[in-house]
Amino acid sequence: MKRLPAMPDEWLDRSRTVRFRFEGRSFEGLAGDSIASALWAAGQRSQGRSFKYHRVRGILSAANHDVNVMMQDGPKLNTRGDVVAVREGMDLTAVNTFGGLANDKARHLNKLSRFLPVGFYYKAFHNKRLFPLWEKMFRRITGLGVVDFSTPHIRTQKRYDFCDVLVIGAGPSGLAAALSAAEAGASVVVCDENARAGGSGLFQLGADGARRQHTVSLLQQVKAHPRIRLLEGTYAGAYYADRWVPLIDENRMTKMRAKSVIVASGAYEQPSVFRNNDLPGIMNGSAMQRLIYRYAVKPCNTAVVLAANADGYRVALDLLAAGAAVAAVLDMRASVPASPLADALRAKGVEILAGHAVYEAHADGKGELAGVTACRIDGSGRVVSGSQRRISCDGVAMSTGWSPAANLLYQAGTRMRFDDLLQQFVPEQLPEGVFACGKVNGVFRLESRITDGQRAGLAAAANAGFEVSGSITVPAETESPSHAWPVVAHPDGKNFVDFDEDLQVKDFENAVQEGYDNIELLKRFSTVGMGPSQGKHSNMTALRILARLTGKSPQQVGTTTARPFFHPVPLSHLAGRGFSPQRHSPLHGRHAALGAVFMQAGAWERPEYYAVPGKSRIDCIREEARRVRTAVALIDVGTLGKLEIRGPQAGEFLNRVYTGRYDNMKVGATRYAVMCDESGVLSDEGVVARVADDVFYFTTTSSGAATVYRELSRLNIEWKLDCGLINLTGSYSAMNLAGPASRKVLAQLTDMDLSSAAFPYLAVRSGTVAGIPARMMRVGFVGEWGYEIHVPAEYGATLWDALMKAGESSGIGPFGVEAQRLLRLEKGHLIVSQDTDGLTNPFEVGMDWAVKLDKPFFTGKRSLQIVRKMPLKRKLVGFRLGENHSGEVPKECHLIIQDGDIAGRVTSISWSPHVGRFIGLAFVLPSMSETGTAFQIRLTDGSMVNAEVCDTPFFDPKDERQKEIE
Amino acid sequence: MKLMTCPINGTRPISEFAYWGEIRPAPDADTCSDDQWAEYVFHRNGAPGVKKEWWCHTPSNTWFIAERDTEKDKVLRTYLHGDDK
Repeated sequence: MKRLPAMPDEWLDRSRTVRFRFEGRSFEGLAGDSIASALWAAGQRSQGRSFKYHRVRGILSAANHDVNVMMQDGPKLNTRGDVVAVREGMDLTAVNTFGGLANDKARHLNKLSRFLPVGFYYKAFHNKRLFPLWEKMFRRITGLGVVDFSTPHIRTQKRYDFCDVLVIGAGPSGLAAALSAAEAGASVVVCDENARAGGSGLFQLGADGARRQHTVSLLQQVKAHPRIRLLEGTYAGAYYADRWVPLIDENRMTKMRAKSVIVASGAYEQPSVFRNNDLPGIMNGSAMQRLIYRYAVKPCNTAVVLAANADGYRVALDLLAAGAAVAAVLDMRASVPASPLADALRAKGVEILAGHAVYEAHADGKGELAGVTACRIDGSGRVVSGSQRRISCDGVAMSTGWSPAANLLYQAGTRMRFDDLLQQFVPEQLPEGVFACGKVNGVFRLESRITDGQRAGLAAAANAGFEVSGSITVPAETESPSHAWPVVAHPDGKNFVDFDEDLQVKDFENAVQEGYDNIELLKRFSTVGMGPSQGKHSNMTALRILARLTGKSPQQVGTTTARPFFHPVPLSHLAGRGFSPQRHSPLHGRHAALGAVFMQAGAWERPEYYAVPGKSRIDCIREEARRVRTAVALIDVGTLGKLEIRGPQAGEFLNRVYTGRYDNMKVGATRYAVMCDESGVLSDEGVVARVADDVFYFTTTSSGAATVYRELSRLNIEWKLDCGLINLTGSYSAMNLAGPASRKVLAQLTDMDLSSAAFPYLAVRSGTVAGIPARMMRVGFVGEWGYEIHVPAEYGATLWDALMKAGESSGIGPFGVEAQRLLRLEKGHLIVSQDTDGLTNPFEVGMDWAVKLDKPFFTGKRSLQIVRKMPLKRKLVGFRLGENHSGEVPKECHLIIQDGDIAGRVTSISWSPHVGRFIGLAFVLPSMSETGTAFQIRLTDGSMVNAEVCDTPFFDPKDERQKEIE
Repeated sequence: MKLMTCPINGTRPISEFAYWGEIRPAPDADTCSDDQWAEYVFHRNGAPGVKKEWWCHTPSNTWFIAERDTEKDKVLRTYLHGDDK
């Protein structure tokens, strides 16, 4: 056991032991342990295998970047062992092994590494013939974890939240920022991805309890402040426009909108690069400190500290305090700056060697760290030959530099500048409302970080509209936290830069040699930074290597794009319910009761047909159509757009938006209306009814209702005509009573004169039906005598019931959209957006009669004048299949082929009981549009079906059905 | 998600708004050539810069004008049609 006595800020609950299994063996940890810390405390240093060479790996960062210590936990794959808390009963296995961690069959890939050079994917796939072979192999050996397809479907709720100031990161600078912003009056939210707040303020101590006290005090104040909410175990996943930040916790995503955002996300410690720097036992200095102060785990018995900054010296002191021996501090800098930290170490007898580095690390029989070879390096980082000396140790702490956790700053559009003293990118110009403080802002001294936090907090509060006074200056850093060249060359390589993708220094040299000498190209060719940790511990070193190889400065090399999300987010957090509206007509309940099968029609749910037990869909549809033709039936057309325009210039307005003339209509008349867009393309259609001198009531297509109303409103603002527009789509219910018996049915419910003389075809009348005030139009979309009856929505169901009852003796029934489609097809009526598309002009569909080019203006007129002069490119025609067509029937969108070329397509097709054949509408070349022209339709399987152009309407071409029979 | 300020309803998420297009003067339909008209109908200027556009706050059907810097991705100001003082 390597468990230490209780630490003041440890995350452990020592009263609770947690039993779990890893790789088939039983382990015990304490509640609060991460999986990795529990294993480490139990002496299990090998915790996973690397991605490419299957090398054993242990803890590297203990900060959610240890992608080689990912585990499968039942259906949960790729669990980050370095941060996920261990739970009772977990049964864990390392991902990415063949046959277990210890005896991974793929471990021999390590020895074959020279046959797997950088970019080997691209090279392998170069040969077309071998492509399938490689693909099969790569698919087998790549990928992490195993998906369990029986994983339950989880719906996670989303949450929306607001605050004045959002602080990302609850380390010393973030806590200080939150406090000053809150003191200025702002409501503040502080989030931190760790299970507990405090950040590096509670573990980068150098065995100095006073240092810890700063953060403890800040944390107490933050927790007690009424205007601050502290969210632990919650990370900011991304930055989106206008300070919109998804906050991710274990259970959900919260969409946070803040007036100001402070990024206090700190920095990632970067691994140093030397041969075998990946052996279990070698880790970042900050990882050792996390183990000690969070989990009370002694990281090793004897350590070598590789340092290039004051942080490394603190790690050495922390290790000593934890009871570990420090065999040596190897400082990569040419000389050791005088400091109390160095003095304290020397006083404890620790040897500090300036201008030294680790040349290589050595493994024991299990592949874990057993010792290192140290060496001297010259001013440019080259190994001084003959200076090597071996040191036994079971731990190496790497403390040679940091990289800012600037992902969200980049996403926000921050311009970053490389600071030569700090050897770090720092914000140069922040976007409006975004602030940075602490290490991510290039401020490393603890006292300075707190001051910097206060500065950012005040600035953020001021941006959110709070009054603040005074200004705070942050003293400049004097010591570089990062070494410019934390890399030691070795002829045998295995000096890893990217632990996710097993990339060594030579991979970068080779990539640059092959010409991938731009950071973006280098990334894609070498895959650096493309693993699960997204380059958090590798991009900066890769950039340094590229800069050195190409003789550029890091500023010139630049960084790659940092995309959302910050960490991999479970898909269950992202997936959710759609928020697209779904509309039900006021008669929806009636349809459901009648067995309607609903279909989606834009936002509406409409009855496709009404199912009758024991009857097929097609039989139901044909029966509904037969009822319309022979008796009477009722369809809900309440989904139509229903608009009213009032005012002296209402007629003029309609003249401008539709292609026809409306100002000359008589009160009580209706007229068909076609709308075009500016390019002359047919965009909508409907019926205009003049219900009074200055009042027109008109319909639009169901799908076009919202956009037509919106656009007409805009035009009304632009044109400033003396009229006003009202959208009655939802306020009115509408149904069409159609069939030879419709007049007889309606007569029972109204005392209006329904004779042809008083209420002719295409007239509109107001009156009462079943005691309900109604507007009625005699229209014939389905080709039968019929009435479209519009009533206030709340009376819809009453009217429906009344009509159904009145029609009982006439054999009334409901009919759905499919039957209506068939019936209108028999009449040759087109449906906009089914029989037309985004390029159709009125002339192509035979609507020349509806286009009044002699009007002074209407939308699309100028374009139609041009189109008119040009020959037609296609024409919508009626067609029918052969009399005894058997076999497959063409579908909408099947192509019409002539001489091997596409000559058109089917837009509608259906079996017509009246014609006794399949009939349809189709676009064809104008040369094929003569009645009687034979053509061929190609089916999906390539076979051809014969068809013939014919006149429309297919049914009742002279509208005899609209004439009074009596 | 971006924010947009409706002159009537205030600042709301962009998902509540519909973009219609840049306000562009149409040539005189009676005197312009077919080519000039086609240029107006079909060609849009996508070059980044400050654009005056029609926007609609859809839940309230409020149309207004937004002046937007498409290079900096920033809404400069919004106002009702005719309020351009």
